[in-house]
Amino acid sequence: MTPSHTAQPEGQSSSADSTAAELEFREATKRYPGADTAAVDHLSLTVPAGEICVLVGPSGCGKTTAMRMVNRLIDITEGDILLGGASVKNQEPAELRRSIGYAIQQIGLFPHHTIGDNIAAVPRLLGWDKDRIHARVDELIQLISLDTDVRDRYPAQLSGGQRQRVGVARALAADPPVLLMDEPFGAIDPINRERLQNEFLRLQREIRKTIVFVTHDIDEAIKMGDRIAVLKTGGHLAQYAPPAELLMSPADDFVEQFVGADRALKRLALQRVRDIDLWTAALARPGDLAEGIRRKVADADLHLALMVDADGRPQGWVSERDLAAAGERIPEKPSSSALPFIDLDDVLRDALGRLLDSEMRYAPVVDGAGRVTGVLSIDVISHALHVPPEETRSSTELVADAE
Amino acid sequence: MIDVLLAQGSGFFQKRTGAGCVAENGFCPSWIADNINKYWTPLGQHVFLTVTAVAIGFSIAFVLSLIAHRQRWLTGPITGVTGALYTVPSVAAFFLLIPVSGRGNLTAEIALVSYTLLILFRNITAGLRNVPEDVIDAARGMGLTPNQILRRIELPLAMPEILAGLRIAFTTTVGLATLAFFAGGSGLGEQIYSEKAGTGGIFFKSNVVVAGGLAVLLAAVGDLVFLSIQRFALPWRRATAT
Repeated sequence: MTPSHTAQPEGQSSSADSTAAELEFREATKRYPGADTAAVDHLSLTVPAGEICVLVGPSGCGKTTAMRMVNRLIDITEGDILLGGASVKNQEPAELRRSIGYAIQQIGLFPHHTIGDNIAAVPRLLGWDKDRIHARVDELIQLISLDTDVRDRYPAQLSGGQRQRVGVARALAADPPVLLMDEPFGAIDPINRERLQNEFLRLQREIRKTIVFVTHDIDEAIKMGDRIAVLKTGGHLAQYAPPAELLMSPADDFVEQFVGADRALKRLALQRVRDIDLWTAALARPGDLAEGIRRKVADADLHLALMVDADGRPQGWVSERDLAAAGERIPEKPSSSALPFIDLDDVLRDALGRLLDSEMRYAPVVDGAGRVTGVLSIDVISHALHVPPEETRSSTELVADAE
Repeated sequence: MIDVLLAQGSGFFQKRTGAGCVAENGFCPSWIADNINKYWTPLGQHVFLTVTAVAIGFSIAFVLSLIAHRQRWLTGPITGVTGALYTVPSVAAFFLLIPVSGRGNLTAEIALVSYTLLILFRNITAGLRNVPEDVIDAARGMGLTPNQILRRIELPLAMPEILAGLRIAFTTTVGLATLAFFAGGSGLGEQIYSEKAGTGGIFFKSNVVVAGGLAVLLAAVGDLVFLSIQRFALPWRRATAT
């Protein structure tokens, strides 16, 4: 297992010439004139360079306000926000914003500009020369896995998911060290949202930006965040922690309620089958000696033998009774099917789902080639829930592993 | 009046088609063919009256719209004033202005301009207001200044409504400009209403058909011009999902 939350500035994309910057909220406060309570109240937190910080909370908790204070779309009443050590207050708002990527739920593509011109918006403001802009647009269109012929199309000619990708590309165009994202996948249907989230996490692994990501969806927060800041109404920070820690030890009742009664289940989404200790099983091949298999079964975690073919692919279970009743050699046919197979790269939540679907308490785990590497059981999963948070992995690592 | 008209007209017609058609006040194609040259100058004047009125009206309405766009509370008062101007009956407006600005094209233009203001102001402000909030938010968030947002985002996106306003203003003004004659202005109105124009005046059908027809044609051509601008200058409007 690798330790989570390591910023890796050396792991940046080759194209990037700006490094990610650390972002610090220092007692940042927003009070609207005439309002009794602050919208954001003395918010202090630090986002390490290259990490995704998710601001999550119920509506009215000030998460969007806090995000918009970073690029001064909303002015800071009190306190400060430091970007790479420099106060955002000391910069001209328009200049500051050109150095901070900005992507929002409604995307806000310019309908009268082509996709290429949309992506080129900030580089043009910065006065890049034509060739450099052209090359950068090409690079970004590739980065978001669209065809280069979208360059001359208008936003209305793209699907919602494609537009969302263009929105992200536009935010990344001038290679800003910090990216602000306000519910960027909020308006996308669940299937495409999942895809876009995974794509974005893979992208982030390459570009390693410092990202402030706003959502009201705790599941998205857990999936996307290296760190999660849970805000409650009135703009108070309830807890700031990596997802696994948030799920394992919520700071107070509010956080516990907000992450939900199923927080144990949610942790399952943060671990992969390959990360946990699996049960061993006695492997048997047709024609093996029954006595040898009986001995192997006695040493294994499971009192069944798993029949495999010559390549080690699971064929079925051989029950204790059939093994006991066998003569010199084990039976030619397994007693029952070995389905379902669990993939080594499945997250525990999906693996558990597969077990429950097929009413099994255990199932063989196979690697990419279909060979048995162990057995996953419900006991193994419940044991895995007690792995300390620092041994679980960050979302970008989880997604990258899946490839 | 009719006598005068017939006396004038008969002189032309006896030569080629005989007095018959003109004397009976019919629709006389050969009279039209002989006299069409007398309409080109008034038509040119009519175009000038209309284009000038729409151009000046647009400039004023545009500035008013930008002011109202920055100071939203002014939208109501400006709509009120331009709306009041719009409700003054046109012929009455011409006569009311004569003591102030005298007889002539100036008076005509003042009245014509005042009629375009409401239409143009309403369309320009509606166009600016209809620019989606998220587009403006994204533009601000990316670091466009308020002026850049106006020039690069808001005005281009308001173009369909602005052009629609210009279309209506132009066609309306073509019609109203025929009444400029009553303020002492030039244009096709003089041909339509006055015998002094030398084409027979209001009671000679052939004349009214030609002069009126040219006005209608002018409005139609203007309509077509604005439509083609809308179509070809705004390619993104036609772009839909493929």
